Amino acid sequence: MLDKTRDRVPAGRFDEALGPSNESTKSMRHIISLLVENESGALSRIANMFSARGYNIEALSVAPTDDDTVSRMTVVTSGTDEIIEQIIKQLNKLVDVIKLIDLTESTHIERELMLVKVNIRENEVTELMQLIDVFRGHVIDVTDNVYTAELTGDAEKLKAFLHNLEPFDLAEVVRSGPLGIARGDRALRI
Amino acid sequence: MNLSGGEILIQCLKEEGVDYVFGYPGGAVLHIYDAFFRQQHVRHVLVRHEQGATHAADGYARATGKPGVVLVTSGPGVTNAVTGIATAHMDSVPMVIISGQVPSAVIGSDAFQEVDATGITRPCVKHNILVKNVEDIAVAVKKAFFLATTGRPGPVLIDITKDATDPNIKIPFEYPDSIELRSYKPAEQGHTGQIRKAVEMLVNAKRPMIYSGGGVILGNAAEELTTLTRALGYPITNTLMGLGAYPATDKQFIGMLGMHGTYEANMAMHECDVLFAVGARFDDRVTGKLEDFCPFAKIIHIDIDPSSISKTVKVDIPIVGQVKPVLTEMLDVLKKIKRKPDAKALQSWWQQIQEWKKLDCLHYDRDSDIIKPQSVVETLYKVTKGDAFVTSDVGQHQMWAAQFYKFDKPYRWINSGGLGTMGFGLPAAMGAQLAHPDAPVACITGEASIQMCIQELSTCLQYRLPIKIINLNNRYMGMVRQWQEFFYEGRYAMSYMDALPDFVKLAESYGHVGIKVEQPGDVEKALTDAFKMKDRLVFLDFLTDPTENVYPMIASGKGHHEMHLAQEERELA
Repeated sequence: MLDKTRDRVPAGRFDEALGPSNESTKSMRHIISLLVENESGALSRIANMFSARGYNIEALSVAPTDDDTVSRMTVVTSGTDEIIEQIIKQLNKLVDVIKLIDLTESTHIERELMLVKVNIRENEVTELMQLIDVFRGHVIDVTDNVYTAELTGDAEKLKAFLHNLEPFDLAEVVRSGPLGIARGDRALRI
Repeated sequence: MNLSGGEILIQCLKEEGVDYVFGYPGGAVLHIYDAFFRQQHVRHVLVRHEQGATHAADGYARATGKPGVVLVTSGPGVTNAVTGIATAHMDSVPMVIISGQVPSAVIGSDAFQEVDATGITRPCVKHNILVKNVEDIAVAVKKAFFLATTGRPGPVLIDITKDATDPNIKIPFEYPDSIELRSYKPAEQGHTGQIRKAVEMLVNAKRPMIYSGGGVILGNAAEELTTLTRALGYPITNTLMGLGAYPATDKQFIGMLGMHGTYEANMAMHECDVLFAVGARFDDRVTGKLEDFCPFAKIIHIDIDPSSISKTVKVDIPIVGQVKPVLTEMLDVLKKIKRKPDAKALQSWWQQIQEWKKLDCLHYDRDSDIIKPQSVVETLYKVTKGDAFVTSDVGQHQMWAAQFYKFDKPYRWINSGGLGTMGFGLPAAMGAQLAHPDAPVACITGEASIQMCIQELSTCLQYRLPIKIINLNNRYMGMVRQWQEFFYEGRYAMSYMDALPDFVKLAESYGHVGIKVEQPGDVEKALTDAFKMKDRLVFLDFLTDPTENVYPMIASGKGHHEMHLAQEERELA
C-alpha cells in the first residue's frame, strides 16, 4: 500500500516523452504563495481576479502571519506557461498584493492537512489503524462506530490515502488546501 | 482647527487641486453636501443622472490629464455610476469616485439605499476603499488620488459611511504630503539594456512600423513620440485611443489601424518586419485574428502595465516603464549609436505604403443627394480648423469621427474605446467644456446614443455649456444595422429607431438652439452658424444616409490583410 504513494511519475518525465516543444503549451499545476495586506476585500479581489479572467482556483488557503498586518495566501492553480505568467502579473497588479512567488519554479515542500471521519464495523478496526499508521496519520477521535483521523502530506499522499479508504464507509473528508514553502534559503518575506 | 468628515473631504479635494466635482445628492451624502454648501473652493456640478456624473468627470480627465472627481449617494447613486466607472477603467482614465454609504451600524442589514458599493465596483476599479471612521478619510483620499493618477491610471472609489461625516464629530485635520504603499510600486524608468536592444532592432528594420495607443496620451508623451518618429522617418499608426498622440496631418501618419482602420495602416502592420508598440495593448479590435497578426514582425512593446505585455501577442523586446522617460532615453540612445536606419529599404517601404494609399480606402460618394455622415465630420473639421475638443458616443459615427477628424494634438479626441459606452458623448463634452470654457467642444453622436444620456441637456443649460451636438441621424443603430446587413442577411432586428423625438423641439424645450439639416448643401452653413453662437448649446440634427456603412472593415476574427473596402461594394453594385 505504501508503494502507491511512491509509485508516481516523477515531475517532468511525462513532458520529456512529449518533447520539450510541448512544455509551454501544456497545462501544469502551480502553487502560488502571496503576502497580502490584511484588509477587508483583499481575499475577494484575488478570488474575483481568477473568476473574472476565467482562471481556475483548485485550492486556496489564507491565514495571518507573524506580522498581523499581513496575510499569507496559497493558491493552487493550473495553466500553460502563458496563463501562469498572466495570472502572476494580474495578481501583482492588485494593490493589496505585497509580494508573491510561484513555488513550483523551484524545489519546495508542500503540505496539506486532511481530517477523515470513517463509519466503522468492529472487524475493520485493525485494518483501518494499520492504514492510518502506514500513512503516518493519527486517530484523533473515537466513538463506538466512528473513527476520525488526521493526516498531513502532499496532494499525492492524501490522494493515495483516500484511495485506500475506498473499501471503508467514509463519512466525511475535510482538507485544508495545500500550504507551501520553498526549500533552502529562498523565502517569501517583505 | 477641528473639522467634520464632510469638511475634511472638501479640504482634501482642495489640497488635491480639484476644481470641479460632478455629482448628485442623496441621503447618505447629505452631510458632505452641507459641507459643500458652506465653502467656495471646490465647485459642484449637478448632473441629472449619476452615469452623467462619471462620464463628465471622465471627459474632464481626458481633456486635461487631471483626475476627474465624482460624488454620488449610496445604493442607486453608486449603481448608476457603475457604467461610467467601468468606462473609465477600460480606458485607464484617472478618476476618484466618492460614494456615500449607510451608517456603519446598519451595514449589512439591507438598510434603505444600501448596496455593497465596494463589492459591486471591485471588478471595474483600480482599487476601492471603505471608510467607516472620520479619522481615516484624509488618508483614504490621499491614497485614492495617488492610485488613480500613478502607474496605469484608473478609477478609485472611496465609499464613506454616513456616520464618518457626522457634522457633530470634529477632529484635527492634517493632509498627508505623500503616501508610501509597500504593495504598490509602479514602474518608472525602463530597463536600459532593453532600451538599447530596442533601438538596435528599430534602426536595423527594413519595413518598420510604429503603433501607438492611449498610453502615449495618458503618459503625456505625445511630444517625445513625435520627435522620435520624425527622427526615424518611419510610418506611424494610432489606435482609436491614441489619436492625437501623433499629428494626423503629418506625412508619416498613415491613419488609424484596426477593424475600421485605413487599408495602408493595416497592410503595413501585416507586412512590417519590426513593430514598435508604444502604450498600446493589442486590443482585439486592433489585432483582428491573432494568428495572422504581424506575421513577419519582431515586436518591441513599451507599457507601464506588465500585464499588458505578452497578454495576447507575444513580444520580443518588452520594456516596462512610463512611456515618456522610455522614449526620451530611446532618443538619447538613437543619437549616440552610429547606425542609422537603412535609407534604401525605408524608401522602398514608403513606396509600398504609397501604393496602398492609392486605393483611397476612405472614399465615399461626395456628390450624393443625401447627407453623407463622413462629409459632416469633414466639414466639422474644416469649420473648427481641426482644433476642437471632440467627444463621441459609440457606433458608426464614432468610427467616422475617428477616420475623418484629423487630430493633431493630444487630449482632443474623447471617446469610450474599451467599454464602448453609448451615452458617453454628451456628458463627456460637459467635462471637456468645463475644463476648457473658451474652446470649441463638439459631441459627435447618433440618434440612438444621444438618447441614452439626453437628460444632461438640462445640466448644460444650468452651467451654460455651449457644446455643439452633431447628431448624425440615420434612423438606425447604425453599427448594429451594418453588422446585421453583413452577417445576418439583412434581418434588421430591433435596430430601426422608431418613434424618434423632434430633436429641434427637444433642444428648444431644454432652452437650447436646435437646427435640422436635411440637404448636403446646408451642412457647412449650419455648422458655421452653430459655432458662431459661442454662448449657446446648439443641437444640430443631420438627417444622414441610412444605408451608409463604415469602411474599410475587418470582420471579427479576420486578419489585417482581409479587409472589406467600400470599393468592393461599389464594384458589386
